[in-house]
Amino acid sequence: MTAPMHRRSFLQISALASGGVLIGFYLPPVLEAQQAGTPPPPLAPNAFIKILPDGKVILTAKNPEVGQGIRTSLPMLLADELDVDWSAVTYEQADVDPVKYGPQSAGGSTGTPTNYMPMRQVGAAARQMLIAAAATSWNVPPAECSTASGRVTHAGSNRSVGYGEIAAKAAALPPPDLATVKLKDKKDFKIIGTKVPGVDVRKIVTGQPAFAIDFTLPGMLSAVYEKCPVFGGKVASANLDEIKALPGVKHVFVVDGVGDPNTLVGGVAIVADTWYQAKTARTKLKVVWDEGPTASQSSEGFKTQATQLSTQTPAQWIRQDGDVDAALTSAPAKAEGAYSYPFVSHAQLEPEVCTAKFDNGKLEVWAPSQTPGAALNSLIKILGVTPENLTLHQLRGGGGFGRRLYNDYVVEAAWIAKVVNGAPVKLLWTREDDMAHDLYRPGGFHYLKGGVDGSGKLVAWRDHFVTYGNGKQTAATAGMGPVEFPAAYVPNLALGMSMMPLGVPTGAMRAPGSNALAFVMQSFIDELAHAAKKDPLQFRLDLLNTPVIALPPQADGRPAPTPLNADRMKAVLQAARDKSGWATAKSGKGRGLGVGCHFSHRGYFAAVADVSVSASKAVTVHRIVVVGDIGAQIINPLNAENQVQGGVIEAMSLLMNWEITIDKGRVVQSNFHQYQPTRMPHAPAVIEAHFLETDNPVTGLGEPALPPVLGAIVNAVYTASGARIRDLPMAKSGYSWA
Amino acid sequence: MPYTFTVNGRAATVDVPADMPLLWVLRDVLDLKGTKFGCGMAQCGACTVHLDGEPTRACVTPASAVGARKVTTIEGLSTDATHPVQQAWLAHDVPQCGYCQAGQIMSAAALLVKKPNPTDADIDTAMAGNLCRCGTYLRIRAAIHDAATRGRTSRAAAEPKPPATVTPR
Repeated sequence: MTAPMHRRSFLQISALASGGVLIGFYLPPVLEAQQAGTPPPPLAPNAFIKILPDGKVILTAKNPEVGQGIRTSLPMLLADELDVDWSAVTYEQADVDPVKYGPQSAGGSTGTPTNYMPMRQVGAAARQMLIAAAATSWNVPPAECSTASGRVTHAGSNRSVGYGEIAAKAAALPPPDLATVKLKDKKDFKIIGTKVPGVDVRKIVTGQPAFAIDFTLPGMLSAVYEKCPVFGGKVASANLDEIKALPGVKHVFVVDGVGDPNTLVGGVAIVADTWYQAKTARTKLKVVWDEGPTASQSSEGFKTQATQLSTQTPAQWIRQDGDVDAALTSAPAKAEGAYSYPFVSHAQLEPEVCTAKFDNGKLEVWAPSQTPGAALNSLIKILGVTPENLTLHQLRGGGGFGRRLYNDYVVEAAWIAKVVNGAPVKLLWTREDDMAHDLYRPGGFHYLKGGVDGSGKLVAWRDHFVTYGNGKQTAATAGMGPVEFPAAYVPNLALGMSMMPLGVPTGAMRAPGSNALAFVMQSFIDELAHAAKKDPLQFRLDLLNTPVIALPPQADGRPAPTPLNADRMKAVLQAARDKSGWATAKSGKGRGLGVGCHFSHRGYFAAVADVSVSASKAVTVHRIVVVGDIGAQIINPLNAENQVQGGVIEAMSLLMNWEITIDKGRVVQSNFHQYQPTRMPHAPAVIEAHFLETDNPVTGLGEPALPPVLGAIVNAVYTASGARIRDLPMAKSGYSWA
Repeated sequence: MPYTFTVNGRAATVDVPADMPLLWVLRDVLDLKGTKFGCGMAQCGACTVHLDGEPTRACVTPASAVGARKVTTIEGLSTDATHPVQQAWLAHDVPQCGYCQAGQIMSAAALLVKKPNPTDADIDTAMAGNLCRCGTYLRIRAAIHDAATRGRTSRAAAEPKPPATVTPR
């Protein structure tokens, strides 16, 4: 990803009317171009750095901020290489423009790896030009000049000039090739690697408008949108006239939609002067729905189907190595287990909200989207607006977790605004809307058998994964790949898969796939470690010492997926062992340690949990030690610790309480009283986040710390109580937080 | 119905339905956007304000039920982040997404008035109604202890200060 950017990035410099300089670069929108199958768009000016004559520096935060800290960390990269003091910097949130800014998204923990080098290069290029401008005016070699705190200094002649004073001069120079710009050595970083508080934290603690829900415009109307509780259902009729007469109501209309939960599903829009009026009017709304075929689907039904499918040969094979049946037959120690996990809703705390204005054929949208580029495409496609008549502004989102990867609420708001025509409209969902109309983390079922040989080594692994899909393709994020650990490390292995048709929309949630699979795989590895009477952590290290079984290239000629790197995983496991006191911990009655490890989103993570379980199944998580390898540099350690702690808390929610139940094609749970996230009294006393200093590429942290925690906690429950958790959420088996 | 509230030390008269929750009066009538909507049924605590110092969920408090009680919102703690709880939140860089934090801060501020030196157990009890979906609980705990220390050293700063403006629109 980064290599082509080096070659194909161009710097753009232009003078500001104020006398300052605006320094941007052209980052080819590689992803968009590839997806659309079109050549990269033409060069366009943009701005990542503005230097004003008074020396003030304004940095552009290009990516969406939903709590992952990117609005702080990307400007940190620019500022450090530019060599200005962080205290002298302010930021501006970029609008959405893939031509100007390259890919802008918050997903897959990609923000850091795709921007780490480009942002540094832009900062360094600007610094190089400011040096060149000063050196020229002093008639000295640039190499004799240095920079610090927004000034260029020539020590030999004891001269110094502020960036603001030479910015205009620098703007007249030819920009350097980004690929040749000299970057700082790690030892010279002044901002990268230091603890930098979030750029919006002061606004947040004083209650200033900071979020998408806080955005207002003069004359703005407010909207609610009612959709069929059964997924795929449509409006047959509604009492629109009655609603239109209610206080404050300005517009009521049926939206047909396009039947795609990623963009626009049909429903009834109510637009009023205030949101409370729209919401109150909605209580009188009577819609007759055409519920459609999904009304026959239920969680109970899926469970019954899965049990039936588990007795049959898998419909397809994901991977087969060796002879798993023979290995299972001859294995002296075995384990067998049926695992399941439910549908889960994202439950970001700020409900879906978006403001849109359609006026004179122009659409302007203010959204907290995690995929604003995709939002642009959807708006163009569904509303039929042309790109030049469309502007999308990025607002801070109150949590994302993958929910805002999907732009349904953005398209809804824009559609409603287009019908209203003229006045801006803010669409705000209720929590009930959010829980009933998510794109859910898919549930799944795994029927596992495994065996260890006489030396206690894992030699056989069989998984019949029963998931959702149309028989050919799994539902979104409901698949499993051929290198899902321990695959590639077990000589006799069979991963089979069968699918059940699903009318419930599914989608990515923080660490998609991994946020369920790590629970299953890390639990069953633990079962086999105990069957082998081996230390579970050492059992994993031994497993990682097994030679990797390579796969042939795929049918279309592409190389097979690469299994995780054993050395990197062993390193985080060993560090977790050492930091947690694993070797010396005494597992007493009712208390014990558990371990989990997982590779996802380029990051290697291991976790050790210290857990108590009472006789009444009340669980206390005392301490969790998390160790990660996400490369050579932690950009902002202050935020990194927070992200890891958040991953732990979310893993606890996934384990104990979170379940979305489907009944008659609709969601049973309606609000937090039926969908409890981890709360303050449940939070561990200690969550340690450690990062290995490696020379690996710098990668992201939003997701990969979460999955191993799932395994660590349930495996600790086993150590503490002897009870193996095979079905989530644990509350269904009588567990609770102490 | 016209109601006169005292919000952050200032009188504000609003004409709203009796059942309109205080949350929406604050956000959409008085344009105080700091108090947040998360669930609408007192499950998440994002809308926590003080009524005569008591932490209260504004999303289930009808306008008609406020009466003469003084309303304090996050904007009323201080607009310049000088309240010890805000100071502690800054020092610990508590927020991730930040959406719940106004409610967290209001619950914490109310706790510290009653228990200037709270234990972890006191914090767990007082904060159990405030969800943080991002999971910043450990920092919230640490920040409350820190705010307790700051509050002891500058008690005067703990008094609510009136904000710059509260204007019905």
